[in-house]
Amino acid sequence: MREKTLKLILTFHTTTAAMAMESLCRDLSLPGRMIPVPREISAGCGMAWCAQPEDRDALCDAAGTAGIRISGVFEIML
Amino acid sequence: MIYLDNAATTLHKPPAVIEAVVEAMRSHANPGRGTNEGAMSAARTTHRAREKTAKLFGCPEVERVVFTSNSTEALNIAIQGLLKAGDHVISTDLEHNSVLRPLYLMERERGVALSFVRADGAGRIACKDFESLIRPETRAIVCTHASNLTGDAIDIRTVGNLARRHGLLFILDASQSAGCLPIDMEEDSIDVVCFTGHKGLMAPQGTGGLCIGEHVDIRPLKVGGSGIRSFSREQPEEYPVRLEAGTLNSHGIAGLLAAIDFVQDIGIDRIHEKENRLMRQFYEGVSVIDGVTVYGDLKAPARTAIVSLNIRDFDSGAVSDELSVSYGIATRPGAHCAPRLHEALGTVSQGAVRFSFGWFNTEEEVERAVEAVREIAT
Repeated sequence: MREKTLKLILTFHTTTAAMAMESLCRDLSLPGRMIPVPREISAGCGMAWCAQPEDRDALCDAAGTAGIRISGVFEIML
Repeated sequence: MIYLDNAATTLHKPPAVIEAVVEAMRSHANPGRGTNEGAMSAARTTHRAREKTAKLFGCPEVERVVFTSNSTEALNIAIQGLLKAGDHVISTDLEHNSVLRPLYLMERERGVALSFVRADGAGRIACKDFESLIRPETRAIVCTHASNLTGDAIDIRTVGNLARRHGLLFILDASQSAGCLPIDMEEDSIDVVCFTGHKGLMAPQGTGGLCIGEHVDIRPLKVGGSGIRSFSREQPEEYPVRLEAGTLNSHGIAGLLAAIDFVQDIGIDRIHEKENRLMRQFYEGVSVIDGVTVYGDLKAPARTAIVSLNIRDFDSGAVSDELSVSYGIATRPGAHCAPRLHEALGTVSQGAVRFSFGWFNTEEEVERAVEAVREIAT
């Protein structure tokens, strides 16, 4: 396994919101990628946006402007 | 990409399936709505698909093959359309939420009582446990043919015979087994088979259905356009239109027809033999790796081609992501919509990484997957 580093994780209420986030980030060249939701956050099915902690403001601002609802913002070792 | 998530959907489809869908999109109008050339082309294909589906599952009448968008819709039609207040239903810990949630809905809204055959710590259930749960008010057994988490299959003939002996309905969720394991409604005493097209049958998503035995009357879940008896305020009584309100997905059904042809040309026995050979090759490779825990009964002769595992205490999502990013191997982590079985296995927090094998996988792909697991575990 790769060495764990601190990551920013954004979660969403719905898969639709997660896919909208990926589309938005591609359009705006914002950093990150989709990963399975880490168990520290949820045991259920789902996907989350993973980026670096310093990307927090840019990602949250872009989501807010686009009307994408983020359910949680976390910083965890992944 | 090495695709090992065939239990979710088969990514690689037979070329004939793709060609059939493309051709249908060029030629099909609305099946059962008029007699113009396009409508008849769609109607003929849909009818041939009913005939093939009836033959595949041993359904006694072609008219009792009802097409839906997937097995979840089929299961909702069967469960909500057959159960009433005061009924008692037996199911199992192996179930997917496509069975569990409709049952829980019936428990909440209609007062249907539920009992579950419990899985042990290895994820196994005993068929003899069904009988001990039967009560005077038991109406039905609703259960999966094979777990979508472990691949373990139940002996449907034993369960079907038990249901028949006690006068119970037997509703089978064949989501994981259609195209992979033999199913015969008459020989296995099954009243309703619910299936999907996009997994083992290698058909397009958006296809599936239910095959309904004689003397089983299911109330419609939805009503609407039927193409016949337009001035009646009621949905027509006759199958299949009784349960098929609205336009069918005849483009997808054309793909389903080609897929069933493909499966029957090869033979389910050959498909099962190949997929299980790949599954056992993978199991034998990973089960000896230090730190790997495999779930389910891999010694059982009748099972689908799934190996679910964990590596040490690693998060299953992290392992699946590592397999994808570093090795190009597609798997499915997490809970797999199978909450009761994860509870029995003690994997609620960790989830599990599911490797599921299909007709188009190869021994070389399996070997690379074993090596990837070994590297991650080391």
